[in-house]
Amino acid sequence: MILEGAFPVATSETTNPDRRDFLYIATGAVGAVAAGAAALPLIDQMNASADTLAVAQIRVDISQVPSGQQVTVLWRGKPVFIRHRTAADIQEAEEVDWEVLRDPQPDSARIKDGHPEWLVMVGVCTHLGCVPLADRGEYDGWFCPCHGSHYDTSGRIRKGPAPTNLPVPEWVFVEGSNDQVIEIG
Amino acid sequence: MSLTIRTGTIIGALALALSIGPALAVGDAEHPHEPHEGWSFTGIFGQYEQQSLQRGLLVYENVCASCHALEYVAFRNLAEPGGPGFTMDQVRAIAAGHQVLAGPDEDGNTVDEYGLPLTRDAIPADRFPLPYTNEQQARARNGGALPPDLSLMAKARLNGPSYIYSLLTGYEDAPDGYEMQGGMNYNPFFSGHQIAMVSPLYEGAVEYPDGTEATVEQMAYDVTNFLMWAAEPKLEARKRLGFQVMAFLVLLAGLLYWSYRKVWANIEH
Amino acid sequence: MSHESTYQPNSGIERWLDARLPVMRLMHDSFSAFPTPKNLNYWYTFGGILTFCLIVQIATGITLAMHYASDAGLAFASVEHIMRDVNFGWLIRYTHAVGGSMFFLAVYIHMFRGMYYGSYKAPRELLWMLGCVIFLLMMATAFMGYVLPWGQMSFWGATVITNIFTAIPVIGTPIQEWLVGGFAVGNPTLTRFFSLHYLLPFVIFGVVILHIWALHVTGNNNPTGIEVKGPQDTIPFNPYYTVKDAFGLVLFLLVFAAFVFYAPNALGHPDNYIPADPMVTPPHIVPEWYLLPYYAILRSITFDIGIPFTDIVLIRAKLLGVIALAASIVVLFLLPWLDTSKVKSLRYRPMLKPFFFLFILVCIGLGWVGAESPDKVLFAAGTFQFQMVHLGLTLTAAYFVYFLLVLPIVGVIEKPKPMPASIADAVLKGRAAAPAE
Repeated sequence: MILEGAFPVATSETTNPDRRDFLYIATGAVGAVAAGAAALPLIDQMNASADTLAVAQIRVDISQVPSGQQVTVLWRGKPVFIRHRTAADIQEAEEVDWEVLRDPQPDSARIKDGHPEWLVMVGVCTHLGCVPLADRGEYDGWFCPCHGSHYDTSGRIRKGPAPTNLPVPEWVFVEGSNDQVIEIG
Repeated sequence: MSLTIRTGTIIGALALALSIGPALAVGDAEHPHEPHEGWSFTGIFGQYEQQSLQRGLLVYENVCASCHALEYVAFRNLAEPGGPGFTMDQVRAIAAGHQVLAGPDEDGNTVDEYGLPLTRDAIPADRFPLPYTNEQQARARNGGALPPDLSLMAKARLNGPSYIYSLLTGYEDAPDGYEMQGGMNYNPFFSGHQIAMVSPLYEGAVEYPDGTEATVEQMAYDVTNFLMWAAEPKLEARKRLGFQVMAFLVLLAGLLYWSYRKVWANIEH
Repeated sequence: MSHESTYQPNSGIERWLDARLPVMRLMHDSFSAFPTPKNLNYWYTFGGILTFCLIVQIATGITLAMHYASDAGLAFASVEHIMRDVNFGWLIRYTHAVGGSMFFLAVYIHMFRGMYYGSYKAPRELLWMLGCVIFLLMMATAFMGYVLPWGQMSFWGATVITNIFTAIPVIGTPIQEWLVGGFAVGNPTLTRFFSLHYLLPFVIFGVVILHIWALHVTGNNNPTGIEVKGPQDTIPFNPYYTVKDAFGLVLFLLVFAAFVFYAPNALGHPDNYIPADPMVTPPHIVPEWYLLPYYAILRSITFDIGIPFTDIVLIRAKLLGVIALAASIVVLFLLPWLDTSKVKSLRYRPMLKPFFFLFILVCIGLGWVGAESPDKVLFAAGTFQFQMVHLGLTLTAAYFVYFLLVLPIVGVIEKPKPMPASIADAVLKGRAAAPAE
């Protein structure tokens, strides 16, 4: 913008035009950096604030969840099913021919090594977002009443319109908790 | 001539305007003073003393927290940069030492069989729990006085940190013949000189794990530092960014002035 | 002043646009080629600075509004949420708060510049009055904005100022209750102030466009007060004044940044870090510094006007104070007609110049009085005590005397200094005025 526009008619250039242009370019560049730097906070403020990020990870005490039961917790604004599977659930999940499923995934990819009894999944149907009901459906897992999706004991889609299995979030056993506390996220 | 006079007038005006602020003393309260070592967080390069902040937390917890809330501070703030510098594990432990209100249980109860509110261990995301359920309970348990929340106290008073420090170290006997209201304590740094709070600090009131001697001045210094951080947790980031911004603006000013001189080189003005 | 447009579209897109909506032409004619007097000094950079301030306030305001909760139970906490949890929230909040003060600092300098160089005189009367409208809108916007954090000063400042309306006889209290949405300042007041605080800056933006348009019709005034006579007096706005305005702006930003990063609460009041409490009045209720002179004028009238030797009161002191406050702003609108001199710039008005500087001191003095307690004793002589309120009355009288007596009278009796023949002459021969041939 500095270079645009009419210069006065009577100008005697006593300075080197290249040096003059460089100065203007440098000034313009520094000005542009200033404008960009000023814009950054205005854009970053829309990102998740510290209190939202603070609950981006949650710790759940699973020691009180009996076998065959499920506890649902709120994580990042969505329900998460933490199911304490029975031996029967596990066996049924492992015996499925997973390679022919709509969203092929072995049960082992959905649990922690050595702890197949714990299944942690985001309880949001992958079709259009309703919360599936536990212990329902034709596959002994979950059933979504909105449009009839059936999930098995590993949370994999078996029948109905949902395209993918119930997602398994990042989670770990908290060190030193003797596997009694998990951290999700 | 007129340019100089005008400039001088404007600058004088600004100086006057700025001097109005600090000159306003609060009523008859004595002017607060700094601790002998001054405050580490003032000035262009001001920073918090992490160790003092940690000791200050201890003072707050053991001396102040029974009556004074810290409602805008969350436990997780204790691990954030520019603060006391605890680790997340330490923060979890500190938090777990507090009880916060728990939501209704599966039967819908919000109180236990004794009528006391259901509580759970705090997690880092929780804020410091309030010592009283409501203002009425706070007043009832403090002879009608309301212990104010301390999250912003360092900014809610003129010369806040010095005020807090002076107040905590300033308790003394009332002068001869001075008439004290019942239940009040004499403190020249409090507006009206009579304060409902008994002097909260005494020698050895807390035991510092780092071995620092817990004199009244030391505890007042530490808890004031802590309360200043509680009120301005972003102070260090602010001053750091400020230095970068000022340096950058000076550079840009120089470039623009040079450009201005070059552009105007051949114009009579 | 209509100038021949010199815009040359030099691409297909530019030609297409120029034939349908000539914005590029308008920008070129108004802000690039616009012939501007060649002798404008740094006091003339404040118009650009003010535009920048408006943009900063709008940008920071909109981003703050993404996190602010305009409910009395949530507002204070939402501001703390911004300060502590929102990414760069502290920076945006402090910029917005300090920015309000910077905006007024700049506008007062801009107004004093206009008064010194006679920029309000014919043919620029409407330009000046549009400026007064912007000033009024700024005061309303700033007042409402200060209420939003819902601190003690927010609440009690709102209470005191809305109570002004109760001074109006008969209809005053209904107006106040309508304004406030209840019997006292409360949640309805807060929510509507938020709505209007968001709206008014865009109204200001519209009036600023009219203000710049009016300026471009007449052309800029300049420090000599002598109108442009031809192209020898002017230079194109770009690059000469774009670069000068940019430099002036960066100097201003250095002051702005110094406050934001190193003294962000210096211009505010500690009491506003205490949540609003309708049961507890702060010992001293004061508005922000830029409203202090008007606060002083409002509080300076403590006497009733009645019929002498009777008990009949015609106008109560409270209403008189409100009238004085309104008059102090109305008198600004009348400035072009109050000043009778044909000479614009105070450079050539040796009689008025000292009065003008006294006037500035009066304004600063009023600001000081506005911050102080009215009954504070300045000095005592025997049983008579000269209090702040008396000083306020004296300065208020001086304020009105300047506009209503000094300006009209001095304009008539003054003998101006010899003036240069033109801007070009003034610039070529230096600041010393050359006698007109």
